[in-house]
Order: sequence, then structure tokens, then C-alpha cells
Amino acid sequence: MKSLDVRDVVVRYGDSNLGGVVALDHVSLTIEPSSFVVALGASGCGKTTLLNLMAGFRKPSSGSVSFDGRTVEGPSSERGVVFQHGALMPWLNVIDNVAFGLRLKGVPRKDRHDRARAMLRLVYLEGVEDRRIWELSGGMRQRVGVARALTADPDVLLMDEPLGALDALTREQMQELILDVWARTGKSVFFITHGIDEAVFLASKLLVMSPRPGRVIASLDLDFGRQFAAGAKSGDVKSQPEFIAMREHVKGLIFSSRQLAEAAL
Amino acid sequence: MVPALGLRRVFGSIGYVSKVSIATSIALLLLWQLAASLEVVPAMFMPSPLAVAAKFVAVSRDGFQDATLVEHLLASVGRVTAALVAAVILGVALGFAMNLSQTAQGVIAPVLEFYRPIPPLAYLPLVIIWFGIGEFAKVLVIFLGILPSIVIATNEGLRSVSPDRVNAARSLGASRAQVVLLVLLPHAMPSILTGTRIGLGTGWATLVAAELVAATKGLGFMIKGAADFLVTDVVILGILVIAAVAIVMEISLRLVQRAVAPWQGRE
Repeated sequence: MKSLDVRDVVVRYGDSNLGGVVALDHVSLTIEPSSFVVALGASGCGKTTLLNLMAGFRKPSSGSVSFDGRTVEGPSSERGVVFQHGALMPWLNVIDNVAFGLRLKGVPRKDRHDRARAMLRLVYLEGVEDRRIWELSGGMRQRVGVARALTADPDVLLMDEPLGALDALTREQMQELILDVWARTGKSVFFITHGIDEAVFLASKLLVMSPRPGRVIASLDLDFGRQFAAGAKSGDVKSQPEFIAMREHVKGLIFSSRQLAEAAL
Repeated sequence: MVPALGLRRVFGSIGYVSKVSIATSIALLLLWQLAASLEVVPAMFMPSPLAVAAKFVAVSRDGFQDATLVEHLLASVGRVTAALVAAVILGVALGFAMNLSQTAQGVIAPVLEFYRPIPPLAYLPLVIIWFGIGEFAKVLVIFLGILPSIVIATNEGLRSVSPDRVNAARSLGASRAQVVLLVLLPHAMPSILTGTRIGLGTGWATLVAAELVAATKGLGFMIKGAADFLVTDVVILGILVIAAVAIVMEISLRLVQRAVAPWQGRE
């Protein structure tokens, strides 16, 4: 199994001498195989920048990003991405969206549809293969997005606030679905959110980030997601005292870092 | 000229506004017939709708100035089609080039912005001096009239693509060529079709002007020839045929747009 390594990365937007912004300030982290790493922080803490580095969409100003020992030079199908707003192709129906990555590789139509259908089953979406993207609800679209990323069989799934645009009920269902997919596929996940509850529930490793400059202020090993994946009910997991205590602890970390940041301004 | 299928489609889903529009058209037609019957204006200057209809039959059968109506029509439609096909191919290519390369944008933009606002009629004499009075010069003028709207529409369509959509394809392993063909082109398609519709309007308008000079066939030529001999009914006939063809083209392009880009406005 392969791990993704971010070593001492700095990202600057613009010229820092001329009032440029330091989006990431000496950030290091490792995404171990089969781990579920969640980056939690307010907007401006560089979490999306971090994901873009891992995906290969942009390069760090200094430091390195490597996957399986090789430096990340650009995007690759070994690192799948799920976007906040889906980024699906509206000119393709559901099944062709899911099979898009296989089409790029020249896989014959029947084979790629078979595989896409299997991935749609994995995210509990069946019978919508021929539907148009705009006919789907927000939650269904995100499931198509997850299925599309899985179809290319990546080693890591990078998820950029995939539940940010969903209503509260759908959001909770999707959290469970993502844990379920994670447990069943054994892939490692990097997941961005600004929801504290969501972060504590999902993460096997939780990175708490603070803004201006973006840095990781705490790294916590958690197992609430594993409890759910092992069969516990999400309501039971979230109502146990340990969960509530951890949620408050994380909330405290975030607010104290915000006060520090505001005091510095 | 409007096919029966089109009429049935129009009447099938008829709304209040459409009813008023149809009533207005009929009223105008009746008013025209009334004015002609009362001879408010001599028939030589304003023939009645019935006279024009009769001329439609006569010109269709016997022709006017050595060509039947269908031959005039085909000559005109042929020129516009040739110009349109060339303009779409080159226009889409230039639009992509501008979007993908800053050098190309620097080269194309000033040329396009310089000649785009000039009415084709203004440079028609120059095109004739350079390229003569043959078919090529006529098609070229129409082509030049259509080209800018397609280049601009393509470029606008490409600029509106979200980085996420391109990144999604790249993270699935798409090469640069695959991003262009499988993401950018379909994404820009609705905009390209809108540009084509606008361009077609310009092209059809330029056509008549291009045919005024040394043509032997074509609707513009027919109108010009009829006007020279004060055959007003043929002039009006030509105008109505040009209007009808433009409407048919517009409706067909909208249907194409709906078939090719049904997601437009629904994202």
C-alpha cells in the first residue's frame, strides 16, 4: 500500500514582500494507507490549497509532496478527487459520467459501463444510469462524484468539502455512506470540512488547521468512524460522552486559534 | 415556405402571446390587401398580397431573369451555407487558440476587434477589388460577416468553464488533448451554437448586399433586378422568401441547440 507525504510545504500567493498571502506555512502530514484524514478549519486556513497540492493541481512554493516515494508532478488517476460542487459533465448521463475516467483510458464501452454500474451500486445508486445530471438531487450528484472517482480505482480519495452544499439530513446520510465506502474499499481518504461534528465523526486522523498563515495546530488520532464502520449506529457513536468531549475539545482548539489570530491582527 | 410540421408545432403549444402575434400577422395581411384593393397607392408601387402570391407561383414555374425561384433560393442558400461552414470551422479553431495560447490571443484579438464593428458593406468594394466579382468574393464577404460572432462566442464559452471541471478530468488521467476534446468542446457547445445563430443572422443580411454586385442568380440579385425594372411584386416576393428562410434557419438551429445542448441553463 502507498502513502501520500506532504513535507514542510509552504505556499505563497503573490509576492510576500508586497503583502502577498502565505496560504500554507511549513505544513507536514502523511496519509497512511487505509486512513481517513480530515482537515478541519475555518475558511482561509489553506485546506483547499493543501488538497490541490496533493491532487497535483498546483505546486508548492517550497517543500515537497510525494506519493509512494515519487514526487507529485501533476494530477493522476492514482489520486482521485471529489469536488464540492460535483464538477460533473452535464452533457453526459450518469453512467457516462461515472465511466469517464475509463473512457480516457480507452476501455471499451461495455466494460466501462459494467464497472461504472458496480461503482454506482457501491454508493447505493441504482436505476439512475440513464438520467441527466440536472435531474439528480444534490446528494445523488455527490454520490455520482464519488462513484466517478472510485471507477478510476485510485489509491487515495481527495474530497474537497463534498458535503458542504447539502442540507443537514442528506449530509448525515452522506457521512455514513462515505464511511461505508471507505471501510468497504480500503482506500485512504483525505477529507476537507468546516463542520466540527462531521470531522470528529469521520476522521481516523483529524488535522485541526488555523488561518493566516495556514498551518496545522493539532493532529488527533480518533476512532469514531471506525466504530461506525464496525457496525455501531451513528446516533450511538455521536451521543457517547467521549465523542461529545472530543467535539468540545476540538471546538476549543479552533476558537482559541481564532482569538490568537485576531489578537495578532 | 413554413413546413406543415413547423405550423403544427406552433399551434400545438400555443400561448396567449403567440395568439396575439398570429392575430397581428393576419390583421397586417388584411390591412395590406385592403390598402391595395382601395388603390391607396398605385399597384405598381404596392401590389396586393394576392398579386404577390400569384407572382410566387409564376416565378416558381417560369423563373425571373433566367432562373426560377428555387434556383435563386438555392444559389443564395448555397453561398450562406458555404460561408457558415467555413466560419464555424475557422471560428471555433480561432476561439480555442485564443483561449489556449496567450500569443494567439495577442495576435487574433486586435485584428478581430478592428474589423468586427465595420459593416460588411463597407469592405465589400475592397474585397471585389482584391478577389474579383466571382463566387469566392461573395462567399468571402458573407464569411467575414459571420466569423467574429463565432470566434467571440467560442472564446466566451471556453472562459466560462469552471477550473473544477477541467481538474476533474485531469485527476481522472485526461491528457491535454482529451481535456480539449472531451471537456472544453462540449462545454463551449451551447455558446458556439448561440454564436452560430447570431452569425447566421449577419450572414443572411450580408448576402443580399453581396449579390447586388455581378451575380446571375440569388435572391439578392432577383430583388435588385426586379427593382431596376420596377417589378415591385417580385421585390416583395424576394423579401418574403428571405424572411421565411431566415425563420426556418433560426428555428432549426434552436432545435439543434436543444438536441445537442439540453443542459443549457439547467446547471
